[in-house]
Amino acid sequence: MAGSTPEKSRKAWIKSGYSVYYAFFLIFIYGPMIAMFVLSFQGRRGGTSFPMRGFSLYWYEKLIEPSTVGDLQGALGRSLVLALVVMIITALFSTMLAMAFRKKFWGSGVLFYTIMSGLMIPGILLSLGLAILMAEIGIPVAWWSSGLGVHVVWTLPFGFLVMMAVFNRFDGRLEEAARDMGASEWTVFKEITLPLITPGVVAAGLFGFTLSYDEFARTSLLSGEFNTLPLDINASMTQRIRPTLFALGTATTVFSLSLIALFVAVYMFLYRRSR
Amino acid sequence: MQLSERPEHTGLIGDQPAGPMESAESEAREYRMDGGFSVGWLIAPATLWLLVFLLLPLAGIVVFSFWKTSNAGMVPDGTLEHYAEYFLSEGFFDPSADKFLTPSVFVKTLGSTIFFALEVMLYCLIIGYPIAYFLGMQVRSFQWQMTLFLMCMVPFWTSYLIRAVAWLPMLGRRGLINNILVSLGIVDNPVSIFLYSELSYTVALVQLYVVLSVGPMFFSLVKIDREILEAARDMGATPFQIFREIIGPLSLPGVAIGMIFIFVLLMGEFATAVVVYGGKTSTAGTVILNYYGTANYPFAAVNAIMLMISMMIGVVIILKIVNIRKEL
Repeated sequence: MAGSTPEKSRKAWIKSGYSVYYAFFLIFIYGPMIAMFVLSFQGRRGGTSFPMRGFSLYWYEKLIEPSTVGDLQGALGRSLVLALVVMIITALFSTMLAMAFRKKFWGSGVLFYTIMSGLMIPGILLSLGLAILMAEIGIPVAWWSSGLGVHVVWTLPFGFLVMMAVFNRFDGRLEEAARDMGASEWTVFKEITLPLITPGVVAAGLFGFTLSYDEFARTSLLSGEFNTLPLDINASMTQRIRPTLFALGTATTVFSLSLIALFVAVYMFLYRRSR
Repeated sequence: MQLSERPEHTGLIGDQPAGPMESAESEAREYRMDGGFSVGWLIAPATLWLLVFLLLPLAGIVVFSFWKTSNAGMVPDGTLEHYAEYFLSEGFFDPSADKFLTPSVFVKTLGSTIFFALEVMLYCLIIGYPIAYFLGMQVRSFQWQMTLFLMCMVPFWTSYLIRAVAWLPMLGRRGLINNILVSLGIVDNPVSIFLYSELSYTVALVQLYVVLSVGPMFFSLVKIDREILEAARDMGATPFQIFREIIGPLSLPGVAIGMIFIFVLLMGEFATAVVVYGGKTSTAGTVILNYYGTANYPFAAVNAIMLMISMMIGVVIILKIVNIRKEL
């Protein structure tokens, strides 16, 4: 190896150059959010921009107290329930689909691309199509029916890809061994398959929960008379913008982040155990 | 290329760099699946779900675009009048107007949406590719690679709307960017070009979508076999040659997937325009919402179809340039 010193120092320079660029990139993608976090603690007389006039939890208190406009608590509750249901359905469906895709079957190509198109079709189109369709049939739209439907269409491809990757490196001989020893299909699944794929199922569920919790475009025309949280946030954009919005943004972001941390912790725990 | 011989779909998200697992993995693959649950029962629920909530709505859009608008909503018909309106109003072949032979206002909006999407895609590529390259090629340890990559991906799991809202304190006349510019002495007085301008809209969109393009690019870069690069270097290839002949072509599928992904999302974009552009612009998405709002469903459907067609053309063009089938 001709790893001469000038060559090495040149490489080190390039690497530190990239590191600096990466740091700037992080500032670019996190900077606005951090500014919003800070401003959410704006004093009582402060506005929506710097400088800070004091430091208070005033806007958080405003957030919690019942207000005449909007129904924040209700919207949050609906978003959480919806995200939980989407999470369960996503984890279940993507596991079932990925198990089916371990074999070759007729129409698997078509099904694969249909699942993937959930990723590719803009939310506004699905929202529009289903809203008109239901208006025509005469079924009222609601967040728990039509909203749930399109949310799963959006989250399923993510969960499905995760589970495909899981089964791709799955050793089928373990199951076969159990089968040879006379275990039923259910026993094989419960005792062999499931423990090994649980980390993947958790990851698929994470995609289901967070993507649904934050989804706006797909619910925009489909939530009916009750708003989900992103819709409520969007509705508040039409009024004068106040630091309450930043407090809300901070609160829901912190919630999302702690959720990711929780899922990662569970994932790590299960991953270690499944080894 | 070895990768192309793998028929399985490894996917763009869950795909992990090839490690020591490789040999055990291929053995497991050669093994034929026999037992297991019946395929029919496994796919039935999800297939039914996708039929009701994905395929039927899309078919609905196509069908309703031919219906007639009436006082009570729509009546079934086979009319092309909405398509005619889409292409003709205030433009093409409209002899009454002096705008004869100019594109209609709807075509113009669609065109500007496409153009704007391409612009944002270009910025995302220029900004995102070096990040993916740094993570995939420069960072050596697997732990660091994953940590730094996840730090880029975290915003993807937070609210998209809130991230758009977060731009407001940055951009206004008294916003953070103006404060910084004034205190650095770059400008004397705060400038108002930031909030509710095309500039702010572009910057916000790039910030919102760039993380989505980094992911696929990172996965295709990290999969490149280091030994090929080593061999090229031993044979005297310059860094530029290595990039042009090896890294560039091998990472192209990842670039294509990333670009397709943000292209379709940008085409359907409508919320950011309201938040950081003050609703001053119309995109193909806002036009659809407007006509839905006035209960002119067939015309909203026509707009949706045109959006979908132009999206498909865009995706097909990208796929013609790069064959991503190898990657999936």
